[in-house]
Amino acid sequence: MGFREKILTKSIYAFHVSSGSCNNCDIEILDCLTPRFDLERFGIILAGSVKHADVLFCTGSANRLCVPRIKKLYEMMPKPGFVVAWGACGSSRGLFKDSYNTTVPLDEVIPVDLYIPGCPPKPEAVIGGMVKLIEKINQTRK
Amino acid sequence: MFLVFPGFLFSAVMGLLVGWVDRKVTARLQWRVGPPWYQNFIDVVKLILYKETLVPEGVSKAMFLGMPVLCAASATLVSTIICVVNSTPAVGFMGDLIVVVYLLIIPPLALMLGGFSSENPLASLGASREMKLVLSYELPFIMALIVPVIKSGYAIKLGDIILRQAETGSIIASPSGVISFIVMLLCFQAKLGFVPFDMAEAETEIMAGAYIEYSGKALGIFKLAKAILTFAAPVILITLYFGGIKLNSEGFMSSLLEYIMILVLMIVIKNTNPRVRIDQAMGFFWGPVSGLAVIAILLAILGK
Repeated sequence: MGFREKILTKSIYAFHVSSGSCNNCDIEILDCLTPRFDLERFGIILAGSVKHADVLFCTGSANRLCVPRIKKLYEMMPKPGFVVAWGACGSSRGLFKDSYNTTVPLDEVIPVDLYIPGCPPKPEAVIGGMVKLIEKINQTRK
Repeated sequence: MFLVFPGFLFSAVMGLLVGWVDRKVTARLQWRVGPPWYQNFIDVVKLILYKETLVPEGVSKAMFLGMPVLCAASATLVSTIICVVNSTPAVGFMGDLIVVVYLLIIPPLALMLGGFSSENPLASLGASREMKLVLSYELPFIMALIVPVIKSGYAIKLGDIILRQAETGSIIASPSGVISFIVMLLCFQAKLGFVPFDMAEAETEIMAGAYIEYSGKALGIFKLAKAILTFAAPVILITLYFGGIKLNSEGFMSSLLEYIMILVLMIVIKNTNPRVRIDQAMGFFWGPVSGLAVIAILLAILGK
């Protein structure tokens, strides 16, 4: 683990992309920032603009209306950037698998680095996922 | 020599440490643990060294990327002047107080121009809010600034204000000093974009305001500039009202205590108030706060 990876893993600004989710995952994102779990201890905070972000938190099943917007947001994120598919819908479309409205899963739209399963994922699962994301960033060493 | 102390490097390091105090106190007030002390250093190093800098299509590059540099340069200059004057009061030049006032207006101006040049509707909204905020707080700010000038025998040199206070006692010890200090504290709250006057970058309404299109190095330099200003603001207040930062062994601890008290007071105000609307802020600054400043000036002329 070099200096670059140390810097990148200690300061993760997350941007929240909600593509047709039922809001449970979105509330769980906020749960992770509250006193009990406090992800700011590890330097993870929510960014207001996608241009400040390092990680996209994609919740929801990526429905047809949202797909072009998700692509655009991914292109607008300054690289190196990572994508986390959040919850059952983000990972695999969940119970909307056969819906006319969600024709492709999220990981066929943009490259996904990490899946956090659960409906919604518990904050413990999120913290476990963040540890795996940090391992993944460490592997990007050039 | 001035590059390291008390120039850019010193100001930046102190500013980022002060930014950590801000985040840590905020976290403790919200019953959280908060980030480690080096968190702001990591954030800025990440933005400056490793993140891509994106420039929106069809935007004037010189304007968009020049404004953060201008912002950081003027913030550094304010911090340098104020630190040099505090370490050796005789060094300053005639009217350096006025230079500091002008330099303090440049960071909001740079932010506005950067926001307008990025051609984003939310950035324009943030920049226009910032403009209204500047218009509202400059009036009471300058009126409150007149009080230390009157109290120190119409001196517009920062060194003279410090030396005069060493002879006749701190300005904060007089009624007019207390009132003008309160006005000044509120104006700095708005100048630094702290809640309740953070409508220019209101995250829940207009995402990041004027900063919205900035990324990578440009954003990192803006963050650095804001950190330097946050460091300089309590030093300016101590210079004007508490007789400057004393660098001898017995005075330094009390100066440090004053510094931390002013800083924590600002952070507590920031964390215990909701954001006001821009018209409320203008009414607040042009109404009660300006009224207080006028009372302070009258008291100062009467010698109170």
